[in-house]
Amino acid sequence: MDSALAVHRLHFAFTVTYHYIFPQLTMGLALLIVILKTIALRTGDERYNDAARFWAKIFAINFAMGVVTGIPMEFQFGTNWARFSKAVGGVLGQTLAMEGVFSFFLESTFLGLFVYGEKRLSPRMHWLSAFLVFAGSWMSGFFIIATDAWMQHPTGYKLGSDGTVQLDSFWGLLLNPWTFWQYLHNMTGAVVTASIVMSSIGAYYLLSGKFNEYARIFVRTGVIAGTLACLIMLFPTGDQQGAMVTRHQPVTLSAMEGLFDSTEGAPIALVGQPDTDKMTLDNPILVPKMLSFLTYRRWGAEVKGLKDFPRDQWPDNIPLLYYSYHIMVGLGTMLILLMLLCSYSLWRSTLYDARGLLWALMLALPFPYIATTAGWMTAELGRQPWLIYGLMRTADGDSSRVSAANGLFTLIGFMGLYLLFGILFLFLVHREIEHGPHTEVVPVQGVAQ
Amino acid sequence: MIQVTWFCLVAIMIAVYVVLDGFDLGAGIVHLFVAKTDPERRQVLRSIGPVWDGNEVWLLAGGGTLYFAFPALYASAFSGFYLALMMVLWLLILRGIAIELRSHIESPMWQSFWDLLFGGSSALLAILFGAALGNVVRGVPLDHDGFFFLPLWTNLMPGKDAGIVDWYTLLTGCAAFAALAAHGCYWVIYKTIGDLQTRARRFGSQVWWVVAALTAGITLSSFQIQSNLNMQYQVHPWGYIFPILAAAGLIGMRILSLRGKDLAAFLASSLYLIGMLTSAAFGVFPYVLPSNVDPAAGLTVTNAAAAEYGLYIGLAWWIPGMILAALYSFFVYRHFSGKVVD
Repeated sequence: MDSALAVHRLHFAFTVTYHYIFPQLTMGLALLIVILKTIALRTGDERYNDAARFWAKIFAINFAMGVVTGIPMEFQFGTNWARFSKAVGGVLGQTLAMEGVFSFFLESTFLGLFVYGEKRLSPRMHWLSAFLVFAGSWMSGFFIIATDAWMQHPTGYKLGSDGTVQLDSFWGLLLNPWTFWQYLHNMTGAVVTASIVMSSIGAYYLLSGKFNEYARIFVRTGVIAGTLACLIMLFPTGDQQGAMVTRHQPVTLSAMEGLFDSTEGAPIALVGQPDTDKMTLDNPILVPKMLSFLTYRRWGAEVKGLKDFPRDQWPDNIPLLYYSYHIMVGLGTMLILLMLLCSYSLWRSTLYDARGLLWALMLALPFPYIATTAGWMTAELGRQPWLIYGLMRTADGDSSRVSAANGLFTLIGFMGLYLLFGILFLFLVHREIEHGPHTEVVPVQGVAQ
Repeated sequence: MIQVTWFCLVAIMIAVYVVLDGFDLGAGIVHLFVAKTDPERRQVLRSIGPVWDGNEVWLLAGGGTLYFAFPALYASAFSGFYLALMMVLWLLILRGIAIELRSHIESPMWQSFWDLLFGGSSALLAILFGAALGNVVRGVPLDHDGFFFLPLWTNLMPGKDAGIVDWYTLLTGCAAFAALAAHGCYWVIYKTIGDLQTRARRFGSQVWWVVAALTAGITLSSFQIQSNLNMQYQVHPWGYIFPILAAAGLIGMRILSLRGKDLAAFLASSLYLIGMLTSAAFGVFPYVLPSNVDPAAGLTVTNAAAAEYGLYIGLAWWIPGMILAALYSFFVYRHFSGKVVD
C-alpha cells in the first residue's frame, strides 16, 4: 500500500464499488415503479399507486446516495487518473459529457416532479415523470457502460502525433459491440437486484403478517420480473459477454477459469484455488469438457491456458479475479434456482403460504448485490494490466504528481464518510420498511413537504 | 475557431452553474442567520428543494463538457488542486445528504444537526469555489508536461511558492462567500414572506457593503497579481463590457432591492456574478490555466483542447442536448414558481 499507483487504484475501486450499491437498485426499481404505475393507470387499482409510492420513498433515499457518491467518480478521472484523462479525454469525454447533458438534467428534473408533484400532477403526467426518471437512469447507465466498454475494447479512435488518443468515429465509439452485451447484462442485473429486493421485502411482510395486500403485490411483481431477469442474465447476455471476453481478452478468460495449461476438452472448475506461483489449481472440483463447450460450443475444443500467454499480459491479481468470477456465477445460479422455485410456487398459488420459500426469498436480499459487485470486479480485474485494453497500461495512467500520502489521506477520508453514510442509509431505509406502504396520498417525505 | 467556441460554451455552463447553484449555496449560508424557527428553515429549504439537485447538475455537466473539450486542462487542474477538490467533493456530499435527510425525521436535534451541516458546507463550498477562481487567475507552477501539484497552503504569499490558499485566493474566496450570501439572500427574499423575508432584507442590505468592498479589493489586486489582465484589457478594450456588466449588476441589486423589486434584484445579482466570472475569463484569455513560473508553460485554449474532429462532433449533440436541458429547467422553475407557502 505504499505505492501511489496502488493507492489510486484502491481509491477508485473503493468509491466506485460503494457507489454502485445504489444505482443498481434505482435503475432496476425505476423500471418496476413504471410497471406498478402502469398497472395502476390501466386498472385504476389504487393499491398499485400506494405500492409505487412506497417504493418511490426507498428509491429517493437510494437515488440521493447514488447522486452524492457518483460525483466523486467524475472528479477522480481528473484527480487520480490525470495522465489517463489527458490522453483519452477527447474520446471518453464524449460519453461522460453526454451523460451529464442528456441524463442528469432529465433525471433531476423529473425525479423532483415525480417525488414532490403527485398532488399537483394528473395521473398521466405523474406516470410520465416516473417513465422519464426511468429513461434518464437507463440512459445514464448506457453512457457509463459505453465508457467502460471502450476501456475494455477500444473502438473508433486514432492515435494523435502528440501521444493523445483521439476520436476517429463517433458511431464507432457509441456502437462498440462490447457496449451492447455489457449494457444488457448490466441493466438486467439491476432489474435482478430490484426484483429481489422488492420480493424480499414482500416476503418479510408476509412472514411477519404485516401489510398483507401490498406484500403479495411486492412478491408477485418481484418474482415474475426477477425470474425473467435472472434467465436473461444467463442467456443470452451472460453467454455473449463471455463470448466477447473469449474473443478479445483470451488471457482474461484463462485467468477467470483458473486454467493454466492449454487443454483440449477443457473442464470447468466449480471450486478450487489458483496458485500462480506453482501454476496449479488446488483442490479442484471439475466438470469435464464443460469449459470447451461453453466457450466454443464444441466438447473437444482447445482452450488456451495461462502458461501460453506472456506473463506481462496476465491480469495482475488472478486469485481475486478468479474468485470474483466464481462468486458471480455461483450466486447467479443460486438466484436462478430460487426464482424458478418461487415462480412455480406462484403459478401453483402456494407461494404466499410457503414459509420455507418466503424465508429463502427474504434472506436472498444481499446476494444480488454481491453478485453484481463480483461481476464488476471480474470485468475490471480482468481488464488488468491494461487501463485501456491493449492501448494503455494501468501503471501509465495515474496522476504522477499526487503522492501516495495524499491519495491515502483522501481514501481514508472517503472510507470514514461512507461508513457513516452506510449506517445512516440502513437506519433510514429500515424506518421506511417498518413504516410500510399506506393508502393516503402524501408526497414522499422530502424538502417540499 | 472551434476551440474558442468551446471555451465560450464551457464558460457559459460554469456561469449558469454559479448563478443557479449559487443561490441555493447562498440560501444555505444565510438560512442560519435569517431563519430562526423550524417553519422558517423549512420555508428556505422548500424554496430550493425541487431545484437544487438540478442546479448542481450544471456543475457535473459543465465538468463533463470541460473534460471532453479541454482534457489537458481537466487532468492538470484536477490533479494539481487535488486536496482542495477532494474537500469540495466531501462538502458536496455532506450538503446533499443534509438537504435530503433533514425532513425524514421530525426531531429538533436531528433537524438542527443537518441545518448546521447544510449551512457550514454551503459556506465552505462558496469559499473554495472563490479560491479556485483566484488560483486560475493567479496561475499555478505548471511544468512543461502540463502538470503541477499544489499543497493547501505554504507561506500565504501569492508568489512562485504559493499554495492553493494565499492571501489573494483567500480574498477571492471571501468575495465569493459574500457574493453568494447576497445572491442567496435575494433568492430567499423573492421566495418567502413574513418575518423571514424581513430579516433577509436587513441581512441583504448589510452584506451588500461587504460584497462591494471585496469586489473593489479583488479587482485591484487581480491586476497586480496577473499581468495578462492588463494586457488583455489594453489590447481589446471592448472587453470592458464584462466589468461594466458586473458593476451594473452590483449597483442594480442594491437599488432594486431597496425599491422592493425582489425578482429584479435577484436577476441583477445574477448579472453581477456573470459579469465577474466573464471579466476573469476574458482577462486570463487565451490562457485557461496560466503558469506563475514560466508563461510559456501555461495551458491555453488551443494547447489544452481535444482534437478538432471530436470538438465538431460534440457540437452536434451538445446543442440539442442543452436546448432540452434548458427546457426542463424552465419547466421545473415554472412548475414551482411563486412564493413558498407553509
